[in-house]
Amino acid sequence: MGARQFGARVKRLEDPALLTGAGRFVDDVKLPDALLACFVRSPHAHARIRSIDVAPALALAGVRAVLTVDDLPEPMRSERIPNLMTNPAIKVMRTQHALARGEVCHVGEPVAVVIAESRHIAEDAAALVEVDYDVLPAVADCRDAIKPGAPRAHSDIEDNIAAEVRTEYGDVDAAFAGAPHVYEETLWLHRGGGMAMETRAVAARYDAASDLLTVWSSTQTPHLGRRIIADLTGRHPEQVRVIAPDVGGGFGPKAPFYAEEAVIPAAALRLGRPVKWYEDRREHFLSATQERDQHFQVAIAVDRDGKILGVRGTLLHDTGAFMPWGIIMPYIAAVTIPGPYVVPAYRLACTVAITNKVATTPVRGAGRPQAVFAMERLMDRVARELDLDRAEVRRRNFIRPEQMPYAVGLIFRDGMPLVYHGGDYPRGQAAAIERAAYDGFRQRQAKARAQGRYLGIGIANYVEGTGLGPFEGVTVRVLPNGKVAVATGATNQGQGQRTALSQIVADKIGCRIADIVMTMGDTAAISQGIGAFASRQAVNAGSSALMAGEAVRSKIVALAAFTLGVAEDEIELADGEAIARGGNQPRLSFGELARLAQGMPGVSFTAGQTPGLEHTAYFTAPQASYCNGTHIVEVEVDVETGGVTLVNYTVAHDSGTIINPLIVEGQVQGGVAHGIGNALFEWMKYDENAQPLTTTFADYLLPVATDVPTCVISHIETPNPLNPLGVKGAGEGGTIPAPAAIVGAIEDALAPFGVHFAEAPLTPERIVAALRAAGAYERLG
Amino acid sequence: MSSHTIRLTVNGRSCEGSVEARITLADFLRDGLGLTGTHLGCEHGVCGACTVLVDGHTVRACLMFAAQANGREVTTVEGLAAPSGALNALQQAFHDNHGLQCGFCTPGMLMTLTEFLHDNPDPSEAEVREALTGNLCRCTGYAGIVAAALDAARRLRQEA
Repeated sequence: MGARQFGARVKRLEDPALLTGAGRFVDDVKLPDALLACFVRSPHAHARIRSIDVAPALALAGVRAVLTVDDLPEPMRSERIPNLMTNPAIKVMRTQHALARGEVCHVGEPVAVVIAESRHIAEDAAALVEVDYDVLPAVADCRDAIKPGAPRAHSDIEDNIAAEVRTEYGDVDAAFAGAPHVYEETLWLHRGGGMAMETRAVAARYDAASDLLTVWSSTQTPHLGRRIIADLTGRHPEQVRVIAPDVGGGFGPKAPFYAEEAVIPAAALRLGRPVKWYEDRREHFLSATQERDQHFQVAIAVDRDGKILGVRGTLLHDTGAFMPWGIIMPYIAAVTIPGPYVVPAYRLACTVAITNKVATTPVRGAGRPQAVFAMERLMDRVARELDLDRAEVRRRNFIRPEQMPYAVGLIFRDGMPLVYHGGDYPRGQAAAIERAAYDGFRQRQAKARAQGRYLGIGIANYVEGTGLGPFEGVTVRVLPNGKVAVATGATNQGQGQRTALSQIVADKIGCRIADIVMTMGDTAAISQGIGAFASRQAVNAGSSALMAGEAVRSKIVALAAFTLGVAEDEIELADGEAIARGGNQPRLSFGELARLAQGMPGVSFTAGQTPGLEHTAYFTAPQASYCNGTHIVEVEVDVETGGVTLVNYTVAHDSGTIINPLIVEGQVQGGVAHGIGNALFEWMKYDENAQPLTTTFADYLLPVATDVPTCVISHIETPNPLNPLGVKGAGEGGTIPAPAAIVGAIEDALAPFGVHFAEAPLTPERIVAALRAAGAYERLG
Repeated sequence: MSSHTIRLTVNGRSCEGSVEARITLADFLRDGLGLTGTHLGCEHGVCGACTVLVDGHTVRACLMFAAQANGREVTTVEGLAAPSGALNALQQAFHDNHGLQCGFCTPGMLMTLTEFLHDNPDPSEAEVREALTGNLCRCTGYAGIVAAALDAARRLRQEA
């Protein structure tokens, strides 16, 4: 029996190819005779299209086609991209046409596509497409969008309010009426992006011989893509195969279905040649979905000890011009606010506003960073007002482990009651406090201040719904050559799913991890699939891998026992062999068994034999799995420049049982880096006409190696009772509390000046402006 | 569009090609030579994913024209491993320290660190981080990359 893989720091199977340049991303897929595409995009935030003249572009040598919406196949030509997430609260549902029909509603919306012999020619020709626009008033800021008389973001909607949802439980007004203390905050977390290093990319090839349309897409959700491409091209799903090969990061924006994923296949079908499109970074800033951009007006009622009596407020979410993923982000934000605390009464009134900016869909965290920012800023406020330690205020309000399972009183985004199963929030915070040397901080701070240096500490807690259903399947199949094929609808954008699932299967059926042949992100490999989002794949696909492995193990054991003439409990499986314990330990290799399981042509199986050593399992999660954690960050602020240095960063998190600590630590660390971006750097800016202002990595800053400290990470493993592995999601928890913790730390550092922060990112210029407004520089001389 | 005949050495092999003046080195490597390990993450010289070595020095392959590489010696990520396919010390250190997730920025990281560790075989962590500021990674939060660089430096010093 080989060493147990589950729980071990197994080095990733994905690495060798990626380290040698042998990875295969969409743009690396070689398609002989392929044409290249370039989209013509709207330069206006809102305009009516009077006419499009493609003739000058078509006249350029090497151009094979210029397509507008009327050139697309039915029903793509007349219907909009389908909405993926309905909600009865949505009053106005808007998704886009594959290519604009009559009106454009944000800068970057695709209007036409040029198909040419090279990308260079396609780009040259795109500049020659003459679109006659009648520019319409645009609305950029969601606070303006909901005012009476605001310009309408689409010319045919009554107002810009897409939805209004109220989330509540308990008698919140009574809680506030009787409260000795009520504090209110106005907060805003700015718009940012997923910014995977690989932008989007789509390639399509129609093979007439097999009547198969194959689409390669840099997507998190290939099965979803197949369904929609089939719907929009009028083909049977069996005639469409979608492959997500190596994908260079996802982080959410590669989950929704995009217009380009419809148009490129349509062009390949029409032209009879493969067509490729590789988005450039500027296009990505203009047309890949973004998130955050939520405004909160929230109040907290507490008693004299700082115990929460109620929380209430409003949330305004900017959905942008379209809502391909429904209203999930404000919904998740609304139900995430209570978090790890006992909040006896709660009400949040959400308004979703349509603006003339690119659509928002989940980005790593999906509404939760905003919610945690709101709740934790309130907790900091309570601590300050009541002169209590920030950690102590939180400790007093934690849900205690003995209160588990804990029903918050809301319905989560999975449609099920929001019930936390397990987790020890006080223990997590205590672990973080110890690792961060929190108790000695005030001395460090005082010493630094005496030297004219400004240190601050911030703390934030979160509970995150992960592992959302409905399912993710895994097929395990022993091959006649002794290898073990594993196929799954789960997809890999860097999370190491191939390694994690291989660990589970190898342990379960007793094969070498190197003998597993994994197929991910290919609709031809497994019939049903959902994809990567909501930190769901370890829970769903991991559990399915265990179940499928268990079933195949039973088949191997039964067949080996039958063939060797021994009892089933005499059979052991190890290193790809079935071995009988007794006698001279006769053995059969998995390859031999796989051949036996195929029988001989025409010869009947003996009773009990089943064809093939194969099983497909679809684990269905009964509800979301709630992970939790505490972040503590120590910062130093340079009051002259507004520069912030993260001196140390501590994470205690509970994502249930851990399959591979190496991978989970990487997810946490990477998630924190994204949160640091949200806290200090990343800000997708638009002017008052909804023109994007930050469309390069020189304008929109991502954290670099000198900005992100190596985190101190404590794993608290509370096994999750909701799946057979005991796991919870781990992909987003690193990001979620980071803006709250960092902004809190900066405020703490600058407490001598009485500076208060209610927004992120806190760029150096904003910190200096706040210090200036507080009169800090006069005091500093 | 004017066309140029170029001769250069790529990963130790001499090659020749005819390129339009506007073709970047990155496009030539990827499309002309099929060396798709060099990735394009921004095409405006910030992200560093396309970093290659030209005559031993790091270059953004998206900002250099292929014609400018005429007569030069280019090394890409495909040229790092031994002919047997065995990972070199830096690649192995990335594998051992979880220095990559999606792997898209990785070729650029490896090329930047190849030059850096050649110039500075015994760097401090701060020096490694400074050296990496020209390469963006969205997945890892850099911790594994920094650890890998320091680990590789140790291994390379032992080998030397």
